[in-house]
Amino acid sequence: MSKVTCLEVKGLSKWFGGLAANSDIDFSINEGEIVSIIGPNGAGKSTLFNCITGFYKPSSGNVTFYGRDITRLGADKICKIGIARTFQIVQVISDMTVLENVTTGALLRFQRIRPAMNKAEEILNFTGLNEKKDFLATELTIADKKRLEVSMALATQPRLLMLDESMAGLNKVELQQIIDLIKKIREKGMTLIVVEHVMEAVMKISDRVVVLNSGKKIMDGSPKEVVSNPEVIQAYLGEKYRAVAK
Amino acid sequence: MSYELLQQLINGLLIGFMYALIAIGLTLIWGVMNIVNFAHGDFLMVGMFTSFWLFTLYGIDPIVSIPICFLILFIVGWGIYRFIVSKVMKGPMLAQVVVTFGVSIFVANLAVYFWTPDFRLLPPTILQGTWNIGNLDLSVPKTVSAFGSIITTILVYLFLKKTRTGKAILATEMDREAALLMGINTERINSLSFGIGLALVGVAGAFLSTYYYIYPQVGSQFGTLAFCIVALGGFGSIGGAFIAGILVGLVQTLGGFFFDPSYKYAIVFAIYLITMWIRPQGLLGW
Amino acid sequence: MRRFTTRQVIPGVAVLIVLLIFPLIVQATFPIHVMILVFLFGMLGIGWNIMGGYAGMFSFGQAAFFGLGAYTSSYLSMTFGINPWIGLLAGGLVAAVVAAAIGYPCSSLRGHYFAIASIAFAEIVRVIFNNWKMVGAAEGLSLPMHQESFTNFVFNSSKLPYYYIALVFLLISLIVCYFVATSKMGYYFRAIKESHDVAEVLGVDVVRYRLIAIMISAFMSAVAGTFYAQYILYIDPESVMLLAISVQIVLISMLGGAGSVMGPVIGAAVLIPLAEYTRTMLGYKGTGVDMLIYGFLIMLISMYQPAGVWGLFSRIGRKTR
Repeated sequence: MSKVTCLEVKGLSKWFGGLAANSDIDFSINEGEIVSIIGPNGAGKSTLFNCITGFYKPSSGNVTFYGRDITRLGADKICKIGIARTFQIVQVISDMTVLENVTTGALLRFQRIRPAMNKAEEILNFTGLNEKKDFLATELTIADKKRLEVSMALATQPRLLMLDESMAGLNKVELQQIIDLIKKIREKGMTLIVVEHVMEAVMKISDRVVVLNSGKKIMDGSPKEVVSNPEVIQAYLGEKYRAVAK
Repeated sequence: MSYELLQQLINGLLIGFMYALIAIGLTLIWGVMNIVNFAHGDFLMVGMFTSFWLFTLYGIDPIVSIPICFLILFIVGWGIYRFIVSKVMKGPMLAQVVVTFGVSIFVANLAVYFWTPDFRLLPPTILQGTWNIGNLDLSVPKTVSAFGSIITTILVYLFLKKTRTGKAILATEMDREAALLMGINTERINSLSFGIGLALVGVAGAFLSTYYYIYPQVGSQFGTLAFCIVALGGFGSIGGAFIAGILVGLVQTLGGFFFDPSYKYAIVFAIYLITMWIRPQGLLGW
Repeated sequence: MRRFTTRQVIPGVAVLIVLLIFPLIVQATFPIHVMILVFLFGMLGIGWNIMGGYAGMFSFGQAAFFGLGAYTSSYLSMTFGINPWIGLLAGGLVAAVVAAAIGYPCSSLRGHYFAIASIAFAEIVRVIFNNWKMVGAAEGLSLPMHQESFTNFVFNSSKLPYYYIALVFLLISLIVCYFVATSKMGYYFRAIKESHDVAEVLGVDVVRYRLIAIMISAFMSAVAGTFYAQYILYIDPESVMLLAISVQIVLISMLGGAGSVMGPVIGAAVLIPLAEYTRTMLGYKGTGVDMLIYGFLIMLISMYQPAGVWGLFSRIGRKTR
């Protein structure tokens, strides 16, 4: 694994009125890592996600990407400099075909449609959606829509891909497909941050796990370390939790 | 303060209460189902005509005809949702925006067709004349209408807060999905809210008919003002619509007093735009 | 992407030929006048479509830009003697600048909120022009009858030159729209229409592209306005800045098919003759039947075929795949 620091978050806090959704969060991610962010509901995972990707402006602290301060950048600029993300509730362009959707993403790096579309086809081959490329986005299953969203994100040629609960609502087969896809993406040299609730998947894919609770980071370590940490277990008390370190 | 200014202030307040009543119906519909009823002003016109014809044909005094107007407009509103608006709820945004425009044009021109574009005025009825308090003139119909509007607002408020159906409406307004999960039939709530929204504007029309000119196109000016009022008060907020209505009544009257009267609508529109830019959720919206 | 199939080219050329020889065969002035209005509203519809059908900004205030174009070129021509063709470009520029000025603060408004903002904006413009002595206030401007010539953009012996100029304007608008729709801009507009979040997450500068859409739309509408001024030779706020015109433009685009290149043209080809002929047959009795039909049509389309006529075609096209 590379020792180059890809993303660094320092002292990040986000307040909504009197509520600290994120409180003084520190962590850093190396190039090529897959890091999962977990935590009970309300822990601040989505807020952290939005702060990093420019959908919220942090109240304090900063975020650097390959050494560049991106704290105050807007969402579209964040994408331009190489961070792509998906949403908890899948967001695709309903009136467009699968191919057109991914082409829209690819157009970030091309000026003309033809080369962008070629890139899009390449991506669809990679993510396995090429057979459905002429389907309207609305005609896809949820699992395929998520895969489409990932394809669109990949088309922007990011260096860091952030997935927000991609695995919610998937059955066992679809789950394995997404896990395989994520591993395939990492093999291509991508760094990944994944917010997840599905512990089984977290265990399978993560190099490291960051645990949030009540807006604060309470743990940062390998999956095995995190799973056996008493504070983490207590944060999840009452939640179904069956991933056992193997 | 000069008496003239005070007079203007009072006039502004009186018309403001009417605006408030009109706006409340609109904000209810907007809040519950996220549809802007572009035909709202035209149904105000229908309320005015209903009151007019009830008096002209059957001799029913406008004040007495208020419950009748309420009922008729409620049924119309319920029907409009059930047979027209509900069909676009799952459609593209463009359809949702445009459909009530169609209703507006249709209703206004239906009125032209049946009742001609002529201006009509109700002859003096129970409400007539002016109360003179010192140097100030309080037009009786305007004042009674204002009070009527306040009472109606209070009744609506109580209905929403205290009755089971009312609470269901508020719940749907706040979180549609959660309401669905609670077993609330949101389609019925929609029909109900549309009905109530139009019923309220029908009542406003009945009040207005006691002192305003009645003609098919009268709705458009009130309608466009109503959007601004609702936006200012915060979409879906009854209290916001009420306060904003009064504010707009004041601004419009005072604006017309200090500046050129023909600019008064432009001022209100400018307020809408500025509100959207600075505080899109309005004064009391969330 | 820009290849045309024979299935598309042949009917297109056929229609074009028919349009070209139409005024030579049909000599009556009223049908030619109707066709000129069809071209004019087709152009206005295409302008609306770029910002509304493609980028999702449903404007009910296009008449403001239409009027701005008409007033700019007319005022420049009457006061400074500036050639109307130059005035045409000036009008387009004025409209585009105003569009940017109002569009920028409204950058985050969508759906109903944007619609109301557009109405508010257009009404403010109308009220201003209704009271502005310099441009004639409510009396408007009567353009003087210059010597008939192409340069002067005035023809009084026949409607034919107006017909062909309007047709050329329409064709240019179609080409512009086609290029926009099949370009990066087109894809980005459609992403913005879906949601600002989706667009941003794909790296689209939403504010910038929204402004571009509004400005193109305003420019086109203003050019149509100048044409109208030179055609009718009289403009006032009630005839060029009315909400009813804006609504008509939206209806035309929606009936024909918002979000498609040909949609607004089809819509204009259907609605304008309908409106003009029902008005001459029924309307002036003051019964408003033509508007009644309009309103009814709007409801029907919204409820049952929101994708318009063009949407019907593409659905049939897709089913046969």
